[in-house]
Amino acid sequence: MNVHATPKLTASETALVEVFSTRLSDLPGNEAVTLRRDTALEAIKRGLPTRKVEHWHYTDLRRLIGTVPAFDRTAKPEALPVLIGDSHRLTVSNGRAEKAENPDGVTIHRLKELFAKGELADQLIAGVDDSVGAINAAFVSDGFAISVADGVEVQNPIELQNLHAGGQAHSRFTITVGAGAKVTFLERQAGAGAALVSSIDKVVVGEGADVRFIILQEQSEDTTHLGKFEAEVGKNSNLSLFVMNVGGRLVRQEVHVAMPGEAAHFELRSVNLLANATHNDLTMVLDHSGYGTTSTELVRNIVTGKAQGVFQGQIRVAREAQKTDAKMACNSLVLSDEAEFSVKPELEIFADDVACGHGATVAEIDHAHLFYLMARGVPEKEARGLLVKAFLAEVIEELEDEALVTALEVRLENWFDEHG
Amino acid sequence: MLEIKNLHARIADDGTEIIRGLDLTVKAGEVAAIMGPNGSGKSTLSYILAGREDYEVTEGDILYNGESILELDPAERAARGIFLAFQYPMEIPGVATMEFLKVAMNSLRKARGEDPLKIPEFMKLVKNAAGSLEMNPDMLKRPLNVGFSGGEKKRAEILQMKLLEPKLCVLDETDSGLDIDALKIVADGVNALRSPDRAFVVITHYQRLLEHIVPDTVHVLSQGRVVKSGDKSLALELETHGYAGLIGEAA
Repeated sequence: MNVHATPKLTASETALVEVFSTRLSDLPGNEAVTLRRDTALEAIKRGLPTRKVEHWHYTDLRRLIGTVPAFDRTAKPEALPVLIGDSHRLTVSNGRAEKAENPDGVTIHRLKELFAKGELADQLIAGVDDSVGAINAAFVSDGFAISVADGVEVQNPIELQNLHAGGQAHSRFTITVGAGAKVTFLERQAGAGAALVSSIDKVVVGEGADVRFIILQEQSEDTTHLGKFEAEVGKNSNLSLFVMNVGGRLVRQEVHVAMPGEAAHFELRSVNLLANATHNDLTMVLDHSGYGTTSTELVRNIVTGKAQGVFQGQIRVAREAQKTDAKMACNSLVLSDEAEFSVKPELEIFADDVACGHGATVAEIDHAHLFYLMARGVPEKEARGLLVKAFLAEVIEELEDEALVTALEVRLENWFDEHG
Repeated sequence: MLEIKNLHARIADDGTEIIRGLDLTVKAGEVAAIMGPNGSGKSTLSYILAGREDYEVTEGDILYNGESILELDPAERAARGIFLAFQYPMEIPGVATMEFLKVAMNSLRKARGEDPLKIPEFMKLVKNAAGSLEMNPDMLKRPLNVGFSGGEKKRAEILQMKLLEPKLCVLDETDSGLDIDALKIVADGVNALRSPDRAFVVITHYQRLLEHIVPDTVHVLSQGRVVKSGDKSLALELETHGYAGLIGEAA
């Protein structure tokens, strides 16, 4: 018997609960997995978070989630051509992982098969106020478990495609990178038609490994995208994460990184392009828990129309994590009067010998710069485009890979042509 | 080529009047020097000619080849051949100098109905122009004006002027921050561009620059008006007597 007063559910919460009952028989998993799903559903039934919940203060999920679309079993989006040269492609189409081959030194399993055997059930445990985790745990239908063996240098990037054609798509990528291994992942989130998408990455970076992870989210403007990237970075290892958001109606991308290993290094670079009435929230929680761990975070945003942007960056330094060095910066360029960007940096430091800092700026296009370019004959729109590109160039060019830089710059240019 | 008639202008933000009834005529082929003490409105005049929004024209007109340019934005003025060499060129991080030059040159070509330059052709033009100004080619690989010394920035301005081939060149204190060698190179660059169909408005505080760029006419600006005009000997007179003597005389 439930002793708590059951809150009155919103239409979208009710829809989620109802979808679950019709959907459950199709979802993979043995008893242990189903138990996790039920638990996650109970969390959803207690209501989605509102602005009263600290981590969701700037993104009132309950109000913003909007209509929850039904599943569309028939939809089958085609895999996209890979973004970079000879990437190894792994596609999840409408929540179904397609058959994949194993590149040298890499083992790949479909999650559906693992869930059926009851493996990875413990990954479906959502945290407190973890709505992304709960929605995904309840509905996740497939994805990939990828394991890179110790010491393997994976030649070509592994491209993870999570595609939908409207409706709902919930998937996961569970990744283990062995000691001393080196690998690049490029994750693409895309689709057409109104959709609710949740996607979770869980990455374990082994000792001395070097992992580069790029997330390119370019959903259509009627899609709710709930993403979460969780990683544990081992001793002497390196993880660089690049997140580009250039689409979606409501986007929440969470980044949770723990650095228990000594001298681990983490980098976050993010570019967020927001237009019209969209809402984009990048929330990072970073735990420096090992001795001598270092990190840098640089987030650059362009907001226009009536868009609302959010960056929450929390850096926690444990008592044992002496010699931590962490630097975080968030710079936003606001192109319209009605657009807004909210930044909440937080440092929680329990060690006494650390170097931590953060900075945030919100600015408009510099009129003196604009005048200079126009005085050379560059028409206003083009001049603004050059300045917007300049604002982001530094971050994008850090990626170095020419094909990747070009692909991202093309997206920036297209975005600016349409919204600038 | 340029006719400024009873021009009155103020700072848009706070309404401070800077230009107060300025008249000036510059013919094609002419080099007109504008001299005057600090605060006389010299730089403001250059910005107004280029179309900077921070200033508001309240009275009078600026005619360029017989047509008012007051309603044109800076890019449209540039497309018609007006060029301002800035006193303080902007540093623009993230915009590569070469990319900027290409976009600017092709914007002007487009406005004139010409095809964009092919890359090899563009590279050759830039290389030749940079060479004649004794510019280090590495500078062109940097973001626009970022980390350039004062002298390098001025050279970069003249480089742009050479490449964009304007008809009316406004030089705002191009001599400031230049040592004598750089001054000579910059002046040679300007002199090489002198031609019967091109006019120059050379704004300067000191006579020094005018030894290298010899003007046809000299105009003294004070409190937003031209208070005295003459030939190049007026500049020498100013050097001897100072602005105070001369402006006192004119008033």
